[in-house]
Order: sequence, then C-alpha cells, then structure tokens
Amino acid sequence: MSNEPRGLLFDMVRCAGCRACVKECKSIHGFPGEAKDTTELSATAYTAMVTDGDNHIRKMCRHCVKPSCASVCPVGALEKSPLGPVTYDADKCIGCRYCMVACPFNVPRYEWHSPVPAVRKCDMCIDRLKEGKIPACAEACRYEATVAGTREELLEIARKRIAEDPDMYYHHVYGEKELGGTSVLFLTPTPVEALGYKEALGETPLPSLTWNVLEKIPGIVAGGGAALMGIWWITRRRNEIAALERLEARAKRAAAAKEANHAVS
Amino acid sequence: MRSLKLWRLTFWQWVFVVIMVVGVVLSVVRYTQGLGAVTNLSDQFPWGLWVGFDLLCGVGLAAGGFVLTAVVYVFHVEKFRPVVRATLLTAFLGYLLVTTALLFDIGRPWAIWHPLVMWNPHSVMFEVAWCVTLYSTVLALEFSGMVFEKLKWVRAVKVQHAITVPLVICGVLLSTLHQSSLGTVYLIVPGKLHALWYTPALPVLFWVSAIGVGLAMVIVESRLSARAFGRQLEMPLLTQVGRALVAVLGVYASIRIYDLASRGMLGRAFDFSYESSLFLVEFVLGVVAPFVLLAIPKVRHNTRGLYAGALLAVLGFVANRLNVSITGFEGAQGGRYLPSFSEAFITLFLVALGFGAFSLAVRYLNIFPAEHEEGAHGVTGVALPAAGVPQHPEVVPIPRA
Repeated sequence: MSNEPRGLLFDMVRCAGCRACVKECKSIHGFPGEAKDTTELSATAYTAMVTDGDNHIRKMCRHCVKPSCASVCPVGALEKSPLGPVTYDADKCIGCRYCMVACPFNVPRYEWHSPVPAVRKCDMCIDRLKEGKIPACAEACRYEATVAGTREELLEIARKRIAEDPDMYYHHVYGEKELGGTSVLFLTPTPVEALGYKEALGETPLPSLTWNVLEKIPGIVAGGGAALMGIWWITRRRNEIAALERLEARAKRAAAAKEANHAVS
Repeated sequence: MRSLKLWRLTFWQWVFVVIMVVGVVLSVVRYTQGLGAVTNLSDQFPWGLWVGFDLLCGVGLAAGGFVLTAVVYVFHVEKFRPVVRATLLTAFLGYLLVTTALLFDIGRPWAIWHPLVMWNPHSVMFEVAWCVTLYSTVLALEFSGMVFEKLKWVRAVKVQHAITVPLVICGVLLSTLHQSSLGTVYLIVPGKLHALWYTPALPVLFWVSAIGVGLAMVIVESRLSARAFGRQLEMPLLTQVGRALVAVLGVYASIRIYDLASRGMLGRAFDFSYESSLFLVEFVLGVVAPFVLLAIPKVRHNTRGLYAGALLAVLGFVANRLNVSITGFEGAQGGRYLPSFSEAFITLFLVALGFGAFSLAVRYLNIFPAEHEEGAHGVTGVALPAAGVPQHPEVVPIPRA
C-alpha cells in the first residue's frame, strides 16, 4: 500500500459516538476544548461529531480526489498530495479565502482573530502517513468505525460491509463517485443529506467548471487582439478616406465654380 | 494666522477629516487584531462587503476606462474623445482603490505579490491577480499622459502618445478578461449560489453589465462633478452615452431573460421568496427601469432624466454584484450576513479617499476638456483645442515652460 493514495472510511453504523477520534485529533494538535462539546469544525477542531439520537456523524475534510480548494488557490498553497491528503502551506497563502468559498462541503476554517491568519483544516495526518503510520483518528477508533487504508482498499471494505449486512446499510458509498470522488468515504444506515453530497452536483469534479472557461483565455486574447487591431486599421482608413473625399469634393466644387465663373465671363 | 486658516474648512471637508481619522484608527485595529475584530466575516461567509462592493463593484465601476478608450482609439468614434479623460481617471482611481481594498481584505497582505511567482493557472483568482496587476499598470501608463501634460514634460507626452494604441488594445483585452473572470470566480459554487444568479453565463453577464455600468458612470460622474466643481461634459454628448447605455442594457436584459428561461428558472424569479424579491428589485429597478426611461428621447435629453436613468443602472449593477457575492449564498449557507459598522466604515473610508483623489485630479489636471472653452485655461495652464474639434493627441499644443 506504500505509494497508493490513502483515505479514510467512516462507518456510521459502527460508530458508538465515543468521540475518541475527536479527542485524539485535538490532543495531537494541542487544540483546546472538550471533545464532547465539539460539534462543529473550527480553526482548533479539524474533526467534529454531531450526535442525533443513535446517529453519529463525523465532520472533516473529505480530501476530494479533484479538490475545488486546491484548484481555486491562486498560489498553490493547497495541494492534493499523491499520498491522498489535501495539504496547506501557510507560507504561500495570501489569505484570499477563495478555498473557503469554493469548498462544496464548507470545510476550511479561518483564524479570524489573528493578525497573521491561516486556513485550518484536516491534513489526514500527512506527517504520520509519511512515517508509515495511519491517521490519529483511525488509530484511536476502537469500533472500526473510522478505518484507514488506500482508497481502493476502503472501497472494497465498504462494499463488503454492505454485502455482509445489507439490512443495516444504505446501499451507497458516499464519496465514491460524487464530484469525481473523495478520499474520505462514508457508510450510513439511511440516506444522509447532512453529509453534503448533493445529488444535483453529479459526478463531474467542480474544478472543470472554471477550467472550461479558463482554457479559452489564450483564444480570447489572440482572437480579440487580432479583431481590435483589424477594427483599428479599418476605422482609421475609413476616416482617412472620408476626409480625402471631403477634400476632393471641395476641390471639385471649387473647380466647378471657377469654370462656371469663366463661362459667365 | 496659518493655523486659523487651517480651521476654516467647509462642512464637507470636516466630514472628510473625520472619516479619515476614524478610518485610520479602524485600519490599525484591523491589522493588529485580525479581520474578525472589525468585520462580520465568518467561516460561513468568508467573503463580505469588501469583496462584494469594494472589489466587484469597484472593478465594474471602472469599466468606463476600457469601453471609452476602445470606442475612441480603436473604433475611431471621435465625438466621444472628450469623455475619455474622465473615464480613464475613474478607472485608474477605481483600480487603486481595488488594490487598497485587497490589502484590507486578504488575510496576509504582505504576501499579495505571491501570485506573480507562485503560479496556479487552474485558479480563476490567479487570473484575476494577474489582470489586476497588468491592467493597473496599463491604466497608470494611460493616465500618465495627463500628468506629464500638467508637468509640461513634452518628450514624455510624445512617448506616451506613441504607445497609446497598443496600450488601449492591451487594456481592452485585460479588462475583458478581468471583468468576465470575476463572474467565472463563482462558476465553481453551483451548490452554494442560488440558481437565480448561478449560471454558466456568469462570465458573459459580468462583462456586458460592466460595459453598461462603465457608460452609466460617465453620466453619473459628470453630474456629480458639475455639482461639486462646476465642471461637466456637454449634454448632447452625455445623451449619446445614454443612448449607448440603452443598447447595452437591452443586450444584457435579453441574455439574462434568455438564460433564466433556458434553465427553466423564470418561475422561480416570480415565486416571491427572499431571493426572488431580491432578484426582482435588482432586475426591474436596476435594468428594466433605466432601459425604459433612457429609451424615451425626452427623458434622455433632460439632465435630470438622464442622470436618474444612469443612477438606476449603477444601483442595479451594485445590487447584482452584492446578490451574486453575498445574498445569493445565504440560502445555502444558512443564515444572514450583514457588514459590521467598522467593516462598512472602512469601505466608506476607501470611497472617501477615492473622492478626495478625484477632486484633486479634477482641480489640477485637464479632466473635462469641454469646459476649457469657457475660459478655464488658467486653472491648468495647458491650452487644449476647443471641444467639438477632434483632438488628436499629436496636435495638442503644449506650451514650453
């Protein structure tokens, strides 16, 4: 599994809501606050858990296969690592926050009260991945609700779990195909809209929407430039000819008047 | 004696001074305490008034610069030449303001130059950054002619005139890219921006509406400067600008309606939801009303009628940009965004700076040449040919010092 892109699988059916994942994430990053109160992502909470009765949903970066955030970043501060995670480099970031606007899952958070602010989000523990370890949240999970592995392995596990327990699962792996796929996958007991995988958005990665326009730029510049120069030349020539014609007409009139004068005299 | 004179400021000058002082204080807070200390921006609404108004509207309101330079220098429509200077000034100031606003809005303003060396051609923001940089440079060069003229640097004026046409062509191309790319920015959020505004036609709509607002601003500005400085453009000329504006508004409205209809959204435009009401105000008052008003010759030839029509078009444009960038997101993001007092005040601060710069420029440079007929030569010390006569830059006589 060494060089294949990694991912995470979150299985809502197996999750007991113990929040060990949230706690471990806070602990390794040294973030303040209690895991049990962490229901929303923030600059100091890269993962959070929403509990509704027996249902527990983890919130975190989905590490899209074709990430919108990385595509819109003007300086490439956000990047899709070949290892799977979407990483962020604060030293490149200019703070335009287009990544936050563009993220279809509303994941990136900002340090609004810092004079030197950075974008904050989960990086799938890329430093641990490089050391051959698995992300901290997956290691902390005692129920195999959060599982680490390559994306391919995880898809296989997900399909197997649905096949083995078809009554317990909604027969769909969230993140397999939506928007070109995400590296974080979800198994749920029923359809869960709160995950933000909107059916209407389809399976085409969002960055293609802007790229379709951006790739036309060289043509617009070349065609537009040529057209403008052509118009400049034509209209100038037209004005010149008009001026010449006026002059000629005047000369003709003058000549005609002269002749008429001659004729009279 | 001197200090006494200093205190004798007019009411508006006092207002200006107060805005400057408060603005500087708020700026200090913003740069020491972070964006959260002065704005209502949040993780749900990472872009607010500064992006929606200062940037999107600022760039749009500056569009007169590329429209009028194209009309006069590329299409050789000589009668509009007297308008060029005012639009170039607005465009130049507009872009200076946009750059300043960017320095307030982006979290790490000291890194603003990064897009020039750290490339990501897949990012619309990367394109926007390059367009802002290059077009600001082009505008500075186009505008420099007026300054050289004032300083009586004859050689510099000649060089500037020699490169005017290539500059104008670059300016038109860069503006086209920039104006449209501000619409392209929003193409990546189909799930967030309300369907009344999200459309694949956003780049085209942004470009056409920018041309319209560029023309409308010529009329609005001339009127404002007439009231403030007693200088303006001739009414027959402005009426012609108004006629062009009618055409552009017509094209814009047709594309907008066709787009809504082809996406099956016309029904939603009239369901009187929050978004539908915002859309109707934007479109009926800001596009249809000025189109109808200015299409009537009697209104167009009337100073007040023309001004009212142009002002409606400008407000409609502003409403559109705010809807695309802010209110159109509220449904998907859950909640409302309203700028904080400090946030709005910093915008006011920047606009006031722009007004200040505009009045200085009108006072010291030849911005409204049509007026020079009436003996305003003394103010600038540069004699320009009388209005009406095509003023070829090559023949502008510059008295030697």
